[in-house]
Amino acid sequence: MLKFTEEHEWLEVEGEIATVGITDYAQNALGDVVFVELPEVGATYEKGDEVSVVESVKAASEVYAPLAGEIVEVNEALEGEPGLVNSAAMDAGWFFKIKIADAGELDDMMDETAYAEFIEGLD
Amino acid sequence: MSMNNQGRPTSAGAAAENTDFESFSGHKGLRLAEPLIFELGSTETTGVDVPEVGKFEMAIGGLERTSEIGCPGLPEPDAVRHYTRLSRRNYGIDMGVFPLGSCTMKHNPRLNEKMARLPGFGDIHPLQPKSTVRGAMQLMDELSHWLCTLTGMPAVALSPKAGAHGELCGVMAIRSALEARGDAREVILCPESAHGTNPATAAFCGYKVKAIPAKDNGRVDLEALKGALDDTVAAVMLTNPNTCGLFENEIRDIADAIHAAGAFFYCDGANFNAIMGKARPGDLGVDAMHFNLHKTFSTPHGGGGPGSGPVVFSDALKAHVPVPFVVKTDEGFDLVEDADDKSMGRLVAYHGQMGMYVRALSYMLSHGSDGIRQAAEDAVLNANYVLASLGDVMTASFDGPCMHEALFDDRFLKDTGVTTLDFAKAMIDEGYHPMTMYFPLVVHGAMLIEPTESESKFNMDQFIASMRGLALEAKAGNVDRFNGAPYHAPWKRLDETQAARNPVLRYSPEE
Amino acid sequence: MRYLPLTATDRQAMLDKIGVRHIDELFKDIPSDVLNPEIDLPRFKSEMEVERYLSRMAAKNTAAGSVPFFVGAGAYKHHVPATVDHMIQRGEFLTAYTPYQPEIAQGTLQYIFEFQTQVAQLTGMDVANASMYDGSTGCSEAVMMARRVTRKKKAILAGSLHAHYASVVATTTQFTDDVIERLAPNPADPEAELQAAIDAIDADTSCVVFQNPGVFGSVLDLKPLAEKAHENKALLIVVVTEVMSLGLIESPGEMGADIVVGEGQSIGNGLNFGGPYLGLFATNQKFVRQMPGRLCGETVDADGKRGFVLTLSTREQHIRREKATSNICTNSGLCALAFTIHMTLLGEKGLRGVSLANHKAAVDLRDALKTVDGVEVLNSTFFNELSVKLSKDAATVVDALADKGILAGVPASRLYPGEGLDDVLILAATETVTADDISALVAGLKEVL
Repeated sequence: MLKFTEEHEWLEVEGEIATVGITDYAQNALGDVVFVELPEVGATYEKGDEVSVVESVKAASEVYAPLAGEIVEVNEALEGEPGLVNSAAMDAGWFFKIKIADAGELDDMMDETAYAEFIEGLD
Repeated sequence: MSMNNQGRPTSAGAAAENTDFESFSGHKGLRLAEPLIFELGSTETTGVDVPEVGKFEMAIGGLERTSEIGCPGLPEPDAVRHYTRLSRRNYGIDMGVFPLGSCTMKHNPRLNEKMARLPGFGDIHPLQPKSTVRGAMQLMDELSHWLCTLTGMPAVALSPKAGAHGELCGVMAIRSALEARGDAREVILCPESAHGTNPATAAFCGYKVKAIPAKDNGRVDLEALKGALDDTVAAVMLTNPNTCGLFENEIRDIADAIHAAGAFFYCDGANFNAIMGKARPGDLGVDAMHFNLHKTFSTPHGGGGPGSGPVVFSDALKAHVPVPFVVKTDEGFDLVEDADDKSMGRLVAYHGQMGMYVRALSYMLSHGSDGIRQAAEDAVLNANYVLASLGDVMTASFDGPCMHEALFDDRFLKDTGVTTLDFAKAMIDEGYHPMTMYFPLVVHGAMLIEPTESESKFNMDQFIASMRGLALEAKAGNVDRFNGAPYHAPWKRLDETQAARNPVLRYSPEE
Repeated sequence: MRYLPLTATDRQAMLDKIGVRHIDELFKDIPSDVLNPEIDLPRFKSEMEVERYLSRMAAKNTAAGSVPFFVGAGAYKHHVPATVDHMIQRGEFLTAYTPYQPEIAQGTLQYIFEFQTQVAQLTGMDVANASMYDGSTGCSEAVMMARRVTRKKKAILAGSLHAHYASVVATTTQFTDDVIERLAPNPADPEAELQAAIDAIDADTSCVVFQNPGVFGSVLDLKPLAEKAHENKALLIVVVTEVMSLGLIESPGEMGADIVVGEGQSIGNGLNFGGPYLGLFATNQKFVRQMPGRLCGETVDADGKRGFVLTLSTREQHIRREKATSNICTNSGLCALAFTIHMTLLGEKGLRGVSLANHKAAVDLRDALKTVDGVEVLNSTFFNELSVKLSKDAATVVDALADKGILAGVPASRLYPGEGLDDVLILAATETVTADDISALVAGLKEVL
């Protein structure tokens, strides 16, 4: 199940684990990604906490926890190849996997169609 | 005739066709290539006379450095060539118009350099006995007097080493004052258009930063500000004229509202060039303001410093100034170096940027009160001339008049395929350093142009004609001129992505 | 006026184009009752008048080069080759801006890259930044960096650290929850000073800051200090106020430093009554993203030609704003240029030679001072600076010698008032000190003590 937040994060949910990344729209606005600061495995966050920072040459953006949970895995490939966020934002450029604490927090999120409408409204 | 064989061709000859070859040396005429010193010199070469010392018993506790340091040396002729060649790749104020908004790239008078190098100023140690540096203390006192008089403020701290350091000094004074009256507060308000140093400084001093919105006319929304001012606000940091190049006309109401809430008014003085001699921040309710001597008072930018950021204070804050500072005594002057319990303490070793004080005072003495006022007027005149001359082909972000800088945005480039960045790089091909781009953040694709008072009308007209030409080219759809620019500079566009993804921050022999 | 090119005719034409009659119409946003105030300052002066005025002021000061000179304590008089000052005054260097448009700033960027490399080599560390304002503010930035890296709050400032540097750290952290533990200076027993620093480290320690050579001149092996710090997951910050010492003494990097902060004034830059100076800042590769200040990195341009750019800017204020590693905007560019030019003229060979000459001058000074009654040399180790205990108040002695035209050093009481060090004098002897200077000093001391 693919969900989106208004902060331009996507979640691919499988059981209790959500894989989180930033959307194609977001990576395009950011420019060439040069560095991603990833959270520690085992750390827990509330919804809206700052979990990660994604840096381009001219900007740094916070990535927030889309829902509460514990980090179970991070994408180590981003260390050597931060450009994956640009070239494959929606799959190989994922940031972290989080064990969902409260599945109810998914209810308010957008699906793909709703997100597409959302970003159209932004431009 | 007596035969003479010295004839040689002296006319220009036919137009040359073949310019596309690589030279054997790697140079291109006067454009000389130059590798790194590590690729030229060696650790065995030196360009100085090494003193002959002879054998003696050392006293360094056996801690002699036996490993190689690696720094190469060059003989003096090669060293001079190396740096001469490097210099020729740089643009500077000495080359041409440098319209960098918010930076005040005015002419750097050479008299200032001569004065700073007088042995009595350049060759004195900060910790010499005070009886041997009376002239230095006098100079600091006189500079203090000029800064206080120009601003109408009673006290000044000279020691901060740069503008951001001055901001730190100002915010620390504010926090000291609040703590002294038992009223610790948590928040500082800054406009969204503020320079990054403002929120960075506030955070550094432990404050949370909240944004103040602006009105459509580019100025602070007074009603919104009043709404945000409560007893958690320690200070409001404003730049005036602001980073959009506009004077905050409601400044006195703003100051009153700030003070009524028990907070302090910090003014970022980066744009003082627009109002020096025309208005005094002390008359406008400012509690603390830093100067950038390297902007307003002509001390050189030097490729990135050194700067100098003295701060003036109101009566409410003057007890908290840092040490050291100069005071007048019966014998002349003294330097107070030990902080009392009200002072915020010491912000830097020794006494501050004396080399910059000499230069700034030399500038001030040269202009005088009348020249300083004229300089501000000319700076504002030049900027408005640019605004009036380009407003029809470029999009000014706000209605005029502006102060010493004119703000445009990228609306005039809409649908041309040319961005602010491309436009700026094309200016390089025209022989100009680009204007400040993408700052302030409050307009899209900002272009902030500050000519300063140092430009003649001829220079202004030439600059305006170039900008006009570029704007029209962009609108005519000639994207090639822009997308790959600059074409005429010594280097083409550089790959900043690679530099950030794989940082190589030094030369390593393995390379 | 010689710096203002606009003529009355120009101004009129420009006002016409803008569509206003009088310049003050452009200042209409300034409340009219505060516009054009009466400014009680002198009016314009010609270049000749300014020169005369400032020259008279300068003549009231005693230049270091004109007398026997032994003043140090963190700023040193060295011989700077004439080439340096000429090159830095080239307009392309002097009047350039920060290299944000790299295509027209490769001169600045290449020298910064060379400077960063030289600083890393001298300090024995992996990387260095493009410079800080000076050593003292660099020291305070290093303490804050250690906090970011270790996430601990307690910083230990050893007794060997220059009093001004310690004050700057204390002032800059006064509003945070950093705990700054300042250890007492001990000029008579530098080994005890080192041991006190070692003993003070515990599991809560974020960093220990140790100056070597210390403010009183002693040179020590810091490896035991580094070991204790690392055992406790703390960083060792070594401060070097006399960068010339790095040409003779084992580097801080080799001794185990995690961050090295230096004052670069000795190389390329004159005394200038305290500024502008040059902060050196170096660290190891793993801490690069936590470093404050500007960084220059290598890259290529669109034609594949090697070039340089400012990089890792996302640490800085103009991007990160309130989350920046520091609020710093500028570095000390032209002073860094002077340093790198001087260092290129020296090269390793020249630096080693001049450093050795510094130490020899100090050894000669020590030997001469030993012959003076009322002077007790405190140091057993030193580079180019040592401390003595006098039989009289040191400040009084220094003032008396100044009246005789000798600048004999820094009384410890100037840096440490009220700490029982009133009889201690700190003297520096660089390669500029001659045998005659030392004789004059000795003769003067014998008269005054």
